[in-house]
Amino acid sequence: MTRKQKRLAMIGAIGLVLAVATGMILVALQDQIMFFRSPTEVVQGKVKPGEAFRLGGLVETGSVVKEPNQIVRFVVTDGANTVRVTHQGILPDLFREGQGVVTEGKLDPGGVFNASTVLARHDENYMPREVADSLKQQGHWKDGKGESKGAKP
Amino acid sequence: MIVEFGHFALILGFAVALFQATVPLWGAIRGDAVLARLGVQAALVHFALLALAFAALTHAYLVSDFSVLNVFQNSHSLKPLIYKWSGVWGNHEGSMLLWVLILALFGAGVAVFSKRLPDDMLGATLGIQGLIASAFCAFLIFASNPFLRMPNPPIEGRDLNPVLQDPGLAIHPPLLYLGYVGFSIVFSFAAAALVLGRVDAAFARMIRPWTLAAWITLTLGIAMGSYWAYYELGWGGYWFWDPVENASLMPWLTGTALLHSAIVLEKREALKTWTILLAVVTFSLSLLGTFLVRSGVLTSVHAFAVDPERGLFILLILIAFIGGSFALFAARASALQGGGLFAPVSREGALVFNNLFLSVASLAVFVGTLYPLLLEALTGAKISVGPPFFNLTAVPLMVPLFLAIPFGQKLAWKRGDLLGAGQRLWICMVLGVVGAAISAYAAGGGPVLALAGIGLGIFLVLGALDDLLERALRGGTGMILARIRAIPQSITAMALAHAGAGLMVIGISATAFETEKIAAMKPGETLALDGYTLRLEGIGPVTGPNYNAIAADFSLRDPSGAELARLRPAKRVYIGRQMPTSEVGRYRHGLSEIYIAIGETSDGQHVDLRAYHKPYVLLIWLGPLLMSIGGILSLLDRRLRIGVPARRARLRPEPAE
Repeated sequence: MTRKQKRLAMIGAIGLVLAVATGMILVALQDQIMFFRSPTEVVQGKVKPGEAFRLGGLVETGSVVKEPNQIVRFVVTDGANTVRVTHQGILPDLFREGQGVVTEGKLDPGGVFNASTVLARHDENYMPREVADSLKQQGHWKDGKGESKGAKP
Repeated sequence: MIVEFGHFALILGFAVALFQATVPLWGAIRGDAVLARLGVQAALVHFALLALAFAALTHAYLVSDFSVLNVFQNSHSLKPLIYKWSGVWGNHEGSMLLWVLILALFGAGVAVFSKRLPDDMLGATLGIQGLIASAFCAFLIFASNPFLRMPNPPIEGRDLNPVLQDPGLAIHPPLLYLGYVGFSIVFSFAAAALVLGRVDAAFARMIRPWTLAAWITLTLGIAMGSYWAYYELGWGGYWFWDPVENASLMPWLTGTALLHSAIVLEKREALKTWTILLAVVTFSLSLLGTFLVRSGVLTSVHAFAVDPERGLFILLILIAFIGGSFALFAARASALQGGGLFAPVSREGALVFNNLFLSVASLAVFVGTLYPLLLEALTGAKISVGPPFFNLTAVPLMVPLFLAIPFGQKLAWKRGDLLGAGQRLWICMVLGVVGAAISAYAAGGGPVLALAGIGLGIFLVLGALDDLLERALRGGTGMILARIRAIPQSITAMALAHAGAGLMVIGISATAFETEKIAAMKPGETLALDGYTLRLEGIGPVTGPNYNAIAADFSLRDPSGAELARLRPAKRVYIGRQMPTSEVGRYRHGLSEIYIAIGETSDGQHVDLRAYHKPYVLLIWLGPLLMSIGGILSLLDRRLRIGVPARRARLRPEPAE
């Protein structure tokens, strides 16, 4: 092979790998992403049946019920609408009533959100950004509740 | 007083950085050796000033000076000493100060160790390092100053986020930063080479120790962070494909590619522009990581404070450096002469293969990390790209790479013999398949992919070690010891690093065989877990220095009934922030672990728990540790250092490897 042919073969091989990888990325972006929905969006029927998505909002005060076999039920609200959630497993450390939460799962036919994962937060001040945004949209945002502002001694 | 002193040192350090960014660079371009050499003094003084500033802030933390806003927000007088110390970088401002300190450390390192560099190269490199330092000093002083005082000092501080109060977290950020920021000096070398138009084998030798040092610490930093997530967050997971983890993985992938392409440049003077591009891209990804983590565009444990002004500032720095370096690259890269020819099947070809797959894997991670941000900015739709995306893209891309490693090690430079390599590797392949079959038998079946992964890992480890064995046995059985001693350190290093990758693959594949049990237990009840028995002996309160806890006391028995250990997982509530965290209980046997995390004990009688048996889980972190040891060995190889006279070889002159 001449220098030029070698170079062409090399570029061809590299192009092939890139093309395959791009294809994989595009397919995965189509199928493997999850949308974030607020309770209002769920109530409005924006979720397709059987679609896995992330549900976020505040845990409604007084709604947490613990049942045997580590099943826990609670209600997620964005102030305007609510969605009932069930989860089997141990809740993360910072799961509390009246605080922000993000859950992952699917709606069951009865309209109850079956959460496979309840996401842990790492900080008591920390409000998931998606939750903060959706609360702002619903006009229920209180400044200083989620953001860690400068010190007020 | 000491705080003001530190503040002043920081400002003075900024001024020196501005000097370093202009005068030596000017000298290098004009060919004035005296001006260029001024960079050495400037880099040393800059480092000394930043070290003083950092020491001053550390002092404020150690004495709990709550009149400093930063200390008040992130410290507590009851906190154990080590966490007062690590609290310095457990927050936004302090961690940025550490970032700049490490930047200065690498500049000073070049000033001390690379005095034999040509004057213009040294001046230009330190000048560009000074440019980066100036930008980040300005960011510290104007947008995130850790030395600000408060008019009415409070008596007690707000404490450090409790999940950060852990020995792992005391060393994870400095290690990670050493890696991240370490690539800055490689970037500075690359930019200097572009400015001066000189990229050759000597350039590859110059950047080699710095690339290696940054890569070693980044490897350790990522592994440390993963280990911390495993034992501190209480989920039993080790990698979440969290955007912040990805931000550290991307420079690691391209940095690993850079490490390998620099070898081709050094030995064969090929891949010049590509190596420069990788150096630029790697540091750009480090900057991008800093931006993602520090700007608050992501939600993560690492996003300390959400402040749009800071985000904008870092974004501007990011655009200036990435844009500037790519413009420089576009303008000057064509001036670089093409290098030597090689056949596709050769050591060079194998390293190109390595670079291709590492870069494309990095691209996949890049898309998965930034696509949600892009989509939200464009359409407002909020999505999350989680593990399934990366398992479908980045993970399959690593498989051909891992398969190719043992072959690459066997191929000669210029023109290799793939068939010969295959003949020498078939035993390793067979042993890999046998190993997978044995695991399948021992575990009573299992997912095919996981078994294939175990086989692949065994093939990698054996293939790496086979290289050493072959060198020891080459040419008869006599003088084996002498021949082992004559194996160049860099070859041993390569074998260890690749074996480390194999161990990690085995560890990750073995997670498919773990057992998870979720239960609620009362004292006296038992739980069976893969032949082991856990018995809850009691639940009780524990008081720590700055927290109260509820701890469960478990006894762990093996199948014969003998007690192996007592495990005490706990739920802690930290006094300063009233924030609960989990402490897990772990029992190690061999390379496997029993792992228990408890949930709430609201009624005081039951305890919710999650128990795991995780076979060979420790390999996930021992693998990267072995990779780093390989890196350290390679760094210490005298033959490859500049300006160090080579020791006489004991047997015969070493062939170029």
